[in-house]
Formats: sequence, C-alpha cells, structure tokens
Amino acid sequence: MSVIEEDERDSATFPGQRPPRASVGSHKIEEEVFGKAYDPKTVRRIWAFVKPFRGKIYLSVAAVLVFTATQLAIPLIIGWAIDGAMVAGGNANNLMIAVGAFAVAVLLNFGASYVQETQVGQVAENVLFEMRRAMFAQLQRVSLSFMDKTEVGRLMSRLQGDVNSMQEFLETSVISVGDIVLLIGIVVVLLTLDPWLGLLTLVTMPILFIVRIFWLPPAKRAFWAAHETNSLTNGAMAEGINGVRTVQNLERQQVNFDLYDDKAYHNLETQLTGSKFAQVMVPIVDSLTGISMATVVLVGGSLVLNGSLQVGVIVAFLFYIQRFFDPIRSLTMQYSIMQRAMTSGRRITEVLDLPVTITDKPNSVQLTSDMDGSVAFHDVVFGYDPERPVLKHVSFRVNPGETVALVGPTGSGKTSAMALVHRFYEVQGGAVLVGGHDVRNVTQESLGEQVAMVLQEPFLFTGTVFDNIRYNKTSATREDVIAAAKAVGAHEFIERLPDGYDSKLEQRGSNLSLGQRQLLSFARALVADAKILVLDEATANIDSYTERQIQKALETLLEGRTGLVIAHRLATIRGADRIIVLQSGEKIEEGNHDALMELGGLYSRLYNMNYASFDDIPDELVAEANAKAAST
Amino acid sequence: MATLKAGRARSRGDARVHVAAVHDGVGRSPLIRITLFSLRHYWQASLAIGATIIAAVLQLMIPRLLGHAVDQAQNVISVAADGAQQALLWSAATLLLVSVARGFFTLVQNYYSESVGHHVGYELRLAFYDKVQRLSYSYHDRVHSGDLITLGLLDLDGVRMFFSTGFVRTILLTVLIGVGAYMLLTTDVVLGLLALSFVPFVAWRSSVAQLLLRGTWIVLQEKLSVLTRVMEENLGGIRVVRAFSSQTHELGKFDTASAAALDLAHERVMIRVKNTSMMTLSFFVAMGLVLWVGGHKVIAGEMTVGTLASFLTFMTILQMPVRQLGLMVNSFARADTCGQRFYSFIDQAEEIIDKPGALPLKITKGTLRFEDVHFTYPGAAHPTLTGVTFEGRAGQTIGIVGAPGSGKSTVAHLIPRFYDVTSGRITLDGQDISQVTLESLRRQVAVVQQDSFLFTTTIENNIAYGDPWAKETKIERAAESAQLHNYIMGLPSDYDTVVGERGVSLSGGQRQRLAIARSLVLRPAVMVFDDSTAAIDAGTEHRIRSAIKAYASDRVTIIIAHRLSSLMHADLILFLDDGKIVERGSHAELLAEGGRYRALYDLQTRPTDIDIGEAAQ
Repeated sequence: MSVIEEDERDSATFPGQRPPRASVGSHKIEEEVFGKAYDPKTVRRIWAFVKPFRGKIYLSVAAVLVFTATQLAIPLIIGWAIDGAMVAGGNANNLMIAVGAFAVAVLLNFGASYVQETQVGQVAENVLFEMRRAMFAQLQRVSLSFMDKTEVGRLMSRLQGDVNSMQEFLETSVISVGDIVLLIGIVVVLLTLDPWLGLLTLVTMPILFIVRIFWLPPAKRAFWAAHETNSLTNGAMAEGINGVRTVQNLERQQVNFDLYDDKAYHNLETQLTGSKFAQVMVPIVDSLTGISMATVVLVGGSLVLNGSLQVGVIVAFLFYIQRFFDPIRSLTMQYSIMQRAMTSGRRITEVLDLPVTITDKPNSVQLTSDMDGSVAFHDVVFGYDPERPVLKHVSFRVNPGETVALVGPTGSGKTSAMALVHRFYEVQGGAVLVGGHDVRNVTQESLGEQVAMVLQEPFLFTGTVFDNIRYNKTSATREDVIAAAKAVGAHEFIERLPDGYDSKLEQRGSNLSLGQRQLLSFARALVADAKILVLDEATANIDSYTERQIQKALETLLEGRTGLVIAHRLATIRGADRIIVLQSGEKIEEGNHDALMELGGLYSRLYNMNYASFDDIPDELVAEANAKAAST
Repeated sequence: MATLKAGRARSRGDARVHVAAVHDGVGRSPLIRITLFSLRHYWQASLAIGATIIAAVLQLMIPRLLGHAVDQAQNVISVAADGAQQALLWSAATLLLVSVARGFFTLVQNYYSESVGHHVGYELRLAFYDKVQRLSYSYHDRVHSGDLITLGLLDLDGVRMFFSTGFVRTILLTVLIGVGAYMLLTTDVVLGLLALSFVPFVAWRSSVAQLLLRGTWIVLQEKLSVLTRVMEENLGGIRVVRAFSSQTHELGKFDTASAAALDLAHERVMIRVKNTSMMTLSFFVAMGLVLWVGGHKVIAGEMTVGTLASFLTFMTILQMPVRQLGLMVNSFARADTCGQRFYSFIDQAEEIIDKPGALPLKITKGTLRFEDVHFTYPGAAHPTLTGVTFEGRAGQTIGIVGAPGSGKSTVAHLIPRFYDVTSGRITLDGQDISQVTLESLRRQVAVVQQDSFLFTTTIENNIAYGDPWAKETKIERAAESAQLHNYIMGLPSDYDTVVGERGVSLSGGQRQRLAIARSLVLRPAVMVFDDSTAAIDAGTEHRIRSAIKAYASDRVTIIIAHRLSSLMHADLILFLDDGKIVERGSHAELLAEGGRYRALYDLQTRPTDIDIGEAAQ
C-alpha cells in the first residue's frame, strides 16, 4: 500500500466491447404487482373507504342496470319496428309506437349514462383522495423508528402508485357490473328470440372466452414487460439528466450513450411484443364476429325464407352480434385490474395498520408556558435495539434558564438524549422530565409547543422565506417574523433576495447557502417561542463569516430559555453554563469549563489538543486521550 | 445484467445514424418534420397506410352485405327459393371472408402504425439523451432538471404518438367518413343526410372536449405535483415536523393541495361525462330519425328493409371513429406544441465543443498554468474571476481559500472546460485547453465535486464510473485510500451492494469519500478537490490525505476548502477575494504575512472570543 504502482487507465481489449463495470439506470422494479384477484380482508378495508359514498354507489349501480337495459332494448325495438311496421304492407301507427319507444329508450340511456359516469367518476376520485389522506395522516403518527428505517421513495409509491391503481379498479368495477348484466342479457334475449338460431350464434362466445383465457397470461406478461422496460428506460434518462455534471466530469458520455441505446432498444423490442399481443386479438374477434354474422345470415335467412322467422329478428341479431364481444373483452381485462388492485390494497392496508407506539395517555396533562422550564433525566436507559442500549443510566438536570452543552465523541449518545426530550422515542428505563412532568404524561402537542428543536441539518420547505420562518405558528405576524430574522442576523440576506421575505425557496432552499439555511432554521425556532430549546449544532464546514453570525444568533436564541445544546464548537461549549461529557452512553464528567479543565479528564485533554471542534479530533487521538484520562 | 437480449442484428453505428436523422429538417414546421421523420420507416409506414385504407373499405362493405342478406332473406329480389338460398350462402361466405380480411388488415394497420411510433420513440430518445450529455454546465445551470425530464417523457411522447394517433387516424377517418358518406348519399340523399347528421355535432363536441381535457390535464399535473411535493417534503423532513409538533399544520397543507387537485379532477370528470353523453344522445337522435323516415319509406315501398338495416349498421360503424375525431385533433395540437419544444431543444447550439481541427491533449511534464484568466457567468453583470494567474507543476499541491462566492469553485470548473474563460487562457503543458479535444482534456482533469452524483448501481460500478474497465484490485485500492473500504466490507454484499436512489443510501461524508475513490481510479494530470471533504471529519480526512500522497507524485493537485487544516500543507496557497488573488504563498509565509489568511487561521484554531473573528474582517 505504501508504493502505488500506477498502471495505465484500463481499457477495452477490442473496440466495441462492453465495459464490464458499467450500467445506466436500475435493472429491475422490485415490487410485486399481481396478486390474488380476490382477498376478502383487503376488500373489507377498501369498502370502509367506499362506504360513506354507498348511496352514490347504489345509485350508479341502478343507473348501470338501466343503461344496460336500454342497450339491450334498442336492437329489439328496431327489430320490432321492422316486423311490426314495415313488412307486409306496413303499419304507420306501429312505426310511431316503435319510434316513440326508441325515443324513451334513448332518453333513459342518456340519463342513466350521465348519472352513472358522474357518480362513479367522482366517487372514485373522492375515495382515492380519502385513502391517500388516511395513509398520510397515519404516517404523521407512526413512530420515528419506523420512519428512520423506511425510504421516502417507498412511501411515496404507496401514496401514489398504489392509490392510483385502486382508482382504476373503482372506476371500472361498476362498469363491470354492467358488462356482466349485458352479457347475460344478450344471451337471454337471443335465446328467447329464437332458441336454435340463438344457440348457433352464441357458439362463438365460449370460443372467445377460451381464447382469452389462454391469451391472457402471456399477454399480461408481455404488457408488464413493456411497462417495466419503459419505466427503466425513463429511469435511465432521468439519471442521465440528474447526473449529467458527473457524467461530463468523468467523460462517460460515449459509454452511457451505448448503454442507454441497449436499454432503449430492449424497450423497443418489448413494446413491439406488447403490440403484437394486443393486436392479435383483433382478427380473432373480427373472425368470430364474421362467423356469427354468417350464421345468422345463412341459418336465420333460410328460416325467414321458409317463413318460420321474421326478418326483424335477424336484424336485431345482427345488431347484438356487433356488441357481444365487448363485455367479454372488458371483463377479462377487469380480472388483471382486480389482481393489481388487491396487491395495491394490501400495501395500502399495511401503511394504515402501522402501529402507533407513542400516543397520549388518556389523562395526560397540557404542558403550559407557566411551567418552570427545567429538563431532567432520571436514570435513563434507552436503545434503538433494547439489547444494545445507547444511553446507560444517565441522570442530569438542566435548570430553568440554564444552557447545558452535551459533548462527547461520535456514538456517545448525544443525539439520542436530545430526541428523548421531545419524546421521539420511548425510554426503556428511568424517565425524562420536562417542567417537572414525565414526558409520557403530557400531551405530545403541548410538549412540542414548549420544546423547540433545531436539527443539525437545516430542513426547509418549498414556499416563501416568510412561510418557512413562521412555519406552523400561524398566529405569528409579519412583524414577529421580521423581528426573529433580525435577531438571528438573517434579515440582511433575506432583504437582498429578489422578493425579500416573499422570495420563493426552490427545492428546499437549495438557492441558499448552508449557513443561510441554518440561520433561517434558527429564526423558525425563535418564532416558535418555546421555553426550552434543544439544539444540535451543525458539524459541516461553514465559512468563517457565517460561522460567526451563527454563534451570535445562538446566543440570542438561548437568551431567557433553557438550552440543551449538542455542541461541537469550542466557542459554544465554553459559552455554556455547564458541560456534560458523554461517552459510550454514560455521563463521565459534568461541570463548567474551568471546573472540567481543573479536573483534568477527557474534556481537558481534548480541549488541549487545540482543535477547532471536538469532532475534528482524529479517532486515535480521542482513544489516546481516553486512555490517559482513565489512567489519571 | 445483459440488457441486450438476442434480437435482430443491429450495429453500433445505427444509433448515431438515428441521432443524425433526428437533427435533419431544421427550420421546418414541427408537424411536417415529425411526419417526414416517421415516414423514414417507409416500408412499415406504407404497410400501415395501405392496410388502413383496405381495412376501412372492407369495414364499409359489411353494412352493404348485411342489407343485401336481409333483402335476400325476404326474397325481395324475386328469384326462385333455391336461388335465394344460394344467394344467402354467397352472402354469408362473403361476410365471413370480409370480416376475416378486415380483421387481418386492421391488425396490420394497428401493429405497423404502433411500430413506427415505437421506432420513432426509440430514435428520439437516443437523440434526446445524446443532446442532454452534450449541453454544457451553463445550460444545465439554467434549466431545471424536472423540466428536462418532462421534455424527455411527455413532449417526446407527444411527438412519437403523432404517426399513429394523428397521421394514420386522419387517413382512416377520411376514408371511413368520406367513402361512407358517399355510399349513403348515393343510396338515398335524405336518409343519408339524416344518418350523417350526428357527424358534425359529435366531431365538434369531441374536439372541444379533448382540447379542454388536455388543458385541464396540464393544470391537474401541476396541482398533483404540488401535492406530491407536500408529501415528499413532509416525509423527508419528518423530524422537523415532529420537532415542531406540526402534524396538524402539515395535514392542513396536505388538505389544501389535495382539495385543489380534487376539484379539478371532478371538473375533468364532468367535462368528459357531459360530452360523451351528449355525443351518444345526438347519435341516437339521428338513428331515431333514420328509423322514422326510413320506416316510412319502407312502408311506402320506396326502400327495402335491407337498405334501412344497412343504413342503421353504417351508423353504428361510423359512431366510434367519429367520436375519435377529437383524439385526432388533440393529437395534432399536442404534436405541434410538443414538437416545437422538443425540436428547439434538439436544435439549440452546443456551447462547449471541439474547435475545428482540435488535436488531442499531449501531457509531457504536466504543468498547469492560469494566464490572466477572467471569467463572467453568462448573463451575470459582475465578473467572477479577474486576472487569475498561477502555475502548478506535477507533484505540487495548490490550495485555494476564500469566502463563499469568491470564485474558488469557478477555478475548478474552468480547467475541464465546464465553462470557457471570458479572456486570458489556461494551458496544460503549453497547450491552450480550448484548442484541444474536449474528450482528451477531460480525461486528464478529474474534479472531485462537493456534491457528486451517486448512480443507482453497485458500489463497485460507482467507483469505476470514470473507467468502467478498471480492475477489481484497482477499485479496492482506491476505496482503501479514500477510507471507504472498511465501510463497504460491512455492507450486505460489499462491493456489489447497490447504492443510490433505489439502493442503500450513503451519508454525505460517505458520498464524498466515494467521489474521491472515483477519481483515484483515474490517472489524471490535474486533480481538483472542490470542497470535497466538507462532510468528512478531520481525522478521516487526514488519513485520506496521507493515503493519496502516493498518487500525487506526477500530477498537479488543487485543493479548495474552507477548513484550513485541509490545505495548509499545500506548496502554494491562493487566497481569493471577489475573484482576485489577494494573498499567495505557503502556509508559513502567509502566517508570517499576518494578513487575511492569518486572521482566518486564528479564527479557526482557537475562537476563544467572537471578537477575534471580527478582527479578521
């Protein structure tokens, strides 16, 4: 490892060869899409969302039945008009009756389709939004340990993809009811009009059913493959756009273009296969229609010729034949939609059923602003994994108005201690007290109002600067917001933004520097005006000028408040009233700067190493200091 | 892993030919350009067009045949019963044949028009991807990546679909409606007019509805993206949400965004339903009129039942295509606007390209020189760099410090020509970098950026990103030097672990270490660390620095950082202020000088009092 023999850049042994370690985009979409077509448990859960709209659902089912009835009636009326009014010299009166009946059927058809489509469409949209809201609301309450483990992208696909496939299902399922009725209706009507001719005509129907059953599985695979390669190709494109700077930086354009070409070409192939599967049904359906029509013409025509059947009947038959493959087509499609919907429904249910571990006790108290503002840890034991505690029997007290700095090497449990003050997690032993109340005995909302938190990574929301500083404190006025910004020294740069406080923050404030974002998050905490401030100081390197502003802002922020600060910078640590040194989950030293220096333990050793921050000290030096501190 | 499945033979050069073809026809109107481009697939396009015409004509024969059969069954054309039976047999056989043939030609029509669309889509995608890669940093600074993705997905689709949904459908509808109308009107003018009476109304309504739906669709997408953003930010910033106990506030934000989208979704349902039910109604009214008037004609003996039946079936056949007129109109509108956007993207000039006759860069000694370099960002009023001059020889390390906005990163971005200098020049071994080929230059310059992109692939492939031929040992060595090896070995499938958006996510510091490993795999003449250790703790940085010392012997290393400990070992340190070098020298010299550098150093090492920081200004 000491001498690095540098070889030339490795390259292809012959031109046109694929590089062995290169790809663009990802290669698979991991989630299962088709499941059981019917799962009673999931259906019950979905029904719970539909139930409030059941009046509208019943109405639209009724409308579908009326609509289907008119569809069945129209060919009959035409057939009857021919037989009753036109043949054998004609009967103008009957024609009037027939056209009248036709008009009634048409109006019913119009009304029914209007009612059904508006109701179904709107109910489906409403249910979809309600489902999404229920999931979103649940995610607001589930424990942070779950949220820590779960990627945002996965949750988003539940909130969007899964909800959308439910919508598709809801919209089509009422129509399926109509399809089933139409199918049965056509069979009944044909058999009633003429049993033999009906039977002969209907022979093609089971044939189509059988063909569809064999066609469906490979077709579904082909359609899914087409869908999948398409999203993979699009994913590769998005990656190419988002990573374009790195691509140009590393001169990967040619390799990526070739790889993308492979992906896009593979997608072209699956799209063509999908098209083949979709289109192959066209001649089959047309041929079967042709067979049925030929049967009616030949057999029906002969029956008419020898007088045992009226001509209007065969006209009606011909009309029905034009229609009767449609319901079969959509019903078989509905099967796949149902499979997809059940899978999505199950995943939606999973989110809705996530356990909420941290809840308000039934008789929990409201923490009010007249509480004393103290924070105390009593023999606290806590670990994300109970087997491996991060905090081991830690006790300390922060008096009202005091600022306490928590210091210690990485992994000492500082961040966990901070999270416990806000009851992000539940302690396994001991208790955390805020204002003298166990945090488990107060309402979470009032706890949140009295304990403000500033996280290490400033997180801003898309929206104006004003919205971000005010955040959820909607009672804060513009003056309050400006005062807070001035207090933390953010006013100046905000005023310089194109629209001042009304400037939009693009993509979570990426148009601001890290230091500026930090200052905004301070202002936000100041507006929240809580009695207790818990702050995790940023470790990232900020330029010295902003750094100084942040230090000043911090002083303003802590004025008149109880402060618990995870401190990295020596200036902050020295400014604190008291310092608590944590190591591997245990409190090892406590006191003010001078006292700790005198003590000559870990703190003083680290301090004397002359680093700008404790985090800058290399691990081996920390270990060394530890060893020395332990030996004294 | 092999994405290229066994398929038709295709040569690597094909892709470039397609890309070139997409660039043809600059200046033509988008619709003409799209049509001509689609017709390049001439045999598939001809099959599609031919089959469309034949299928339409065959379809129009069916009502006629049915009408004849009805008349034959009634023995209206008085022939002997035997002959009637014979005639029926013929009719039935013809019907069957026509239906089968129509099915076959429709298959050909649909398949080949879709196929042309898919081929066109494939080719447009290649051209788009190629263009994205060629556009310079200043373009990508200007244009939001989300807008580019929309261009590559939706606008490209609008162009791709034009052949099947616009062009072929126009032919189909022209034949169906034109020939159909001719057949109806020549048979019976009055009844023909009645039967066609629904056509203009439906054509108008369906066009209006489609255009309205398209307009509202775009707005709906915007509203949905607001909703998506609210959800994403909430979940991404869940700790802030919890810290402020603002779940109620967040649900309020969700509800507002959701309600806006829901209202529009409802509105769209209404537009669709109103129009479809009106269209159906007008169709049936026309049918009722035909039945009424035609019925009277039959009673009066002016028309046979068969003819009336054929009119009625004609109408059912025409119904669907007429309703699709709206889709056709929409396809034209969409292809026109999408094509406009797509082609103006494709046609724009590339800012950073090889000069004519540019030669590959030749590295001999490895000396980098900035000679009075001035730089102003496009559109900016104030110059970012003014008169920057310095020299770095192989084996040397140059450190650059300065406040944010002082132009440090700009120096890094000028060396690989991410931007071109406004005046002055940068040379490598005496060759002006703007006069050599871009590819050869960038192979010699590696910039490790602060925010390096993590690709969704294995760690190994990510490290080998700049040299996908790199051997395993080399990759591991780079990872070891970047202090990433131990972390990688702790991952579920070590170097084969997939990272990035769809895989394991890395912390900021790990990402930066990966970026460093990435550049260590290469063998550049100039290596620039652009604030690329900001998220790495000082201890690890120290170890990385000692590990990569061994690599640095034959190259110029430039380190840009806030933290002085990152660069105080440099041979030359430049202090930048507002684009000018205000102090230069070694760490010791600059400390002795007692200027800005000294003040910064004091501030960073022992900020006992804030006042010292103030003295630095």
